[in-house]
Amino acid sequence: MRTALVLLFLLAVGALPGALLPQRSLNQGLVEQYFADYPRLAPVLDRLGLFDVFAAPWFAAIYLLLMVSLVGCVLPRTLEHAKGLRAAPVAIPRNLGRLPHHGSGTLTVGIDEATERVRGRLRGWRVAETTEGGGRAVSAEKGYLREVGNLVFHLSLIGLLVGFAAGKLFGYEGQVIVPTGGGQFCNTGILGYDTFRAGLRVDGTDLTPFCVRVEDFTAEYLPNGQAASFRATLGYQTTEDLAAGSPDRWRPYALAVNSPLRLDGNRVYLLGHGYAPRFTVRFPDGQQRTGEIQWRPVDPATLLSEGATKFEPPGITDDEQRRTSQLAVTGLLAPTSSGGQVVTSVFPALRDPEVAVDVLHGDLGLDDGRGQSIFQVDQGKIDSGELVRVARANLVPGQAVTLDDGTVVRFDGVRDWVSLQVSHDPGQLAVLVFAVLVLIGLGLSLSIRRRRFWARLTPAGDGARTVVEVGGLARTDRAGYGEEFDRLRADLLDSPTAPKGS
Amino acid sequence: MLTEIALYSDRLFMAAVGVYVLAMVLHGAEYAARRSAPAVLVGAGDTDVEAVPALSAPARHRAERNGRMAVALVVLGAALQACSIIARGVAAGRWPLGNMYEFTSAICLAAVLAWLVVLRRAPAARPVGLFVLLPVVILAFLAGTVLYAQAAPVMPALQSYWLVVHVTTVSASSGLLLVPGVASLLYLLRRSGRLPALTVKLPAAEVLDRLAYRTTIIAFPLYTFAVIAGAIWAEAAWGRFWGWDPKETVAFIVWVLYAAYLHARATAGWRTGRAAWINVAGFAAVLFNLFFINLVVAGLHSYAGVG
Repeated sequence: MRTALVLLFLLAVGALPGALLPQRSLNQGLVEQYFADYPRLAPVLDRLGLFDVFAAPWFAAIYLLLMVSLVGCVLPRTLEHAKGLRAAPVAIPRNLGRLPHHGSGTLTVGIDEATERVRGRLRGWRVAETTEGGGRAVSAEKGYLREVGNLVFHLSLIGLLVGFAAGKLFGYEGQVIVPTGGGQFCNTGILGYDTFRAGLRVDGTDLTPFCVRVEDFTAEYLPNGQAASFRATLGYQTTEDLAAGSPDRWRPYALAVNSPLRLDGNRVYLLGHGYAPRFTVRFPDGQQRTGEIQWRPVDPATLLSEGATKFEPPGITDDEQRRTSQLAVTGLLAPTSSGGQVVTSVFPALRDPEVAVDVLHGDLGLDDGRGQSIFQVDQGKIDSGELVRVARANLVPGQAVTLDDGTVVRFDGVRDWVSLQVSHDPGQLAVLVFAVLVLIGLGLSLSIRRRRFWARLTPAGDGARTVVEVGGLARTDRAGYGEEFDRLRADLLDSPTAPKGS
Repeated sequence: MLTEIALYSDRLFMAAVGVYVLAMVLHGAEYAARRSAPAVLVGAGDTDVEAVPALSAPARHRAERNGRMAVALVVLGAALQACSIIARGVAAGRWPLGNMYEFTSAICLAAVLAWLVVLRRAPAARPVGLFVLLPVVILAFLAGTVLYAQAAPVMPALQSYWLVVHVTTVSASSGLLLVPGVASLLYLLRRSGRLPALTVKLPAAEVLDRLAYRTTIIAFPLYTFAVIAGAIWAEAAWGRFWGWDPKETVAFIVWVLYAAYLHARATAGWRTGRAAWINVAGFAAVLFNLFFINLVVAGLHSYAGVG
């Protein structure tokens, strides 16, 4: 018990940094910010695992030790309780007057009838009767479910942990951005995702195949810009549909926050949404290229978004020339523009879109072999002069800007995108079942009192009367057995001749 | 019409807080009368308590009447606050637990109701009323001032019937846990023998201890249920049932602390003083989770609506 207490404390104290310090699993950006703010302290904390508390070996050590101590405590108790369930109630103490609850009285009936009466009052109790000289003794005990609840509670905690661990081993979570108006996503491999967090035993080769197609997205807002509802209209194909090979049949589903699509052990969630502006570039030789890629919201309240749409010139075979004449349209997109010189967004819905963009010409660095953000251009290329701004304009849909070399960049319009998350957690049903058992066990063990009751019956007055002594003992901590005992005693000794005991 | 109802809700809330304050004053008067002889002015507290003569009959009568009136006012305050919460729900057109003002108010109501139930079962605990009302009034004051938010609809993530289940049970269990928190603190104070002038009129240490334990064993399963309901909701809303979001982490810490309390109650050498300390720590963690995590730490549970 003391070990458990110490470990519980360690667990509480150990979890605390997980709430107070930024955690990598939740927000990598905040951790980096912390490193920037506290350059001396942060590496020390990092070495202690304080930015990954719940993955840290010392944290695992605490809860595993707790589980070991729990098993070490609960298994013997289970055996003992199983034995106790078969055993008769404890024999009557010699002196009932010494018990915390006791009383006595005389019944004006014979001993047989008195015994019947005692037994009748003890329905639902486990009762044993013995003879003591000329009299009888009744032992009774009740509340065995308390210990059952206690054991169920503790054993379910282990089940809960195992279910949790199974989820961490065999589960995965992936996010992907899909454009509306027929954009498709299939859960066939890790590469389909923008980000993917795999369980320790997941290598991405065994994903359950299914496909979703995003038809439409609607968001409703209150006049103050607060979101009232998000809804995406989906079509989906399950694993069987795909196996049956009917690529044109899509089952409809209205995906909303709090209402994920559940299929084959996977869940698809609507996480967020944003806008993808479409730009068409007409090069001087008459060729056109259209670019439409998601921009990311920078202000969650107004969905002012930023991004970079990148183009490579068509029809150029010379690598060097192709590399140095790339184009990027980068800047801000306001779904509802304020209409001023400086483009800002005043409302998150797509009412009056406008972009404020720079057109950059030169080497975007796409061939450097380094990964780069889809939302930004490489600032290094601008600093080194390899990428030069050739135009700056505010555009509403349909407007275009013409560059010096005759290239025309037109802002065509805006399309919604939705961000979806696919989650797979094979352990969560087990966790739910064990959590419910934890709750049931806890309820039983805290609400039921284990208590004992004894009665000693002695014949008196040539068998016409019986002296009854009763005693009670609660086996649980501060149990408040007194009231129940008093009721029992009053019930049993309820006759005018019965003197009140205490 | 709805804005009027919102206004009524706010007024009912203010009235409830006012009534609580009045009840505190009466409790205080009862307490002061218990503490000192009628001739001694309130505040002249350095009188040796043991030497204080028994109260004269009229003074005892007056103290008793003050105490009873205080309890009656607490009932009235709870009724007003319940009406305020209902009106708020009507005005906002949703379950009235959508921002920090609303659930702090609900926590206060839960604490007061729990206290009234305790009082019904153990009338001798009445002097504790003053110390239960004190944090309630402080919380309600903070709710009505810094945490206040207009009645308005909630964001899509909160539009779920799990809001009703999860937030209601969390608020109710948090409010319930306030009572044992206060009782344990008073128990520790009473046992330590410090501030005798303040504590000598409290119920016996054992009564306080039992009060704390009995309330905790009701609140703890409710709290456990609330956390499980939250996990079920999180699975539907955020894609995972448990993600160590700061709020979840502190909820876990609170759970572990109360589990430790129950263990301490069954461990020799920890049964009394140390167990009470753990209970106090548990409620401190509840408050920490309510205020610090909602207002200071950014997480998924940032629904305070304070801005």
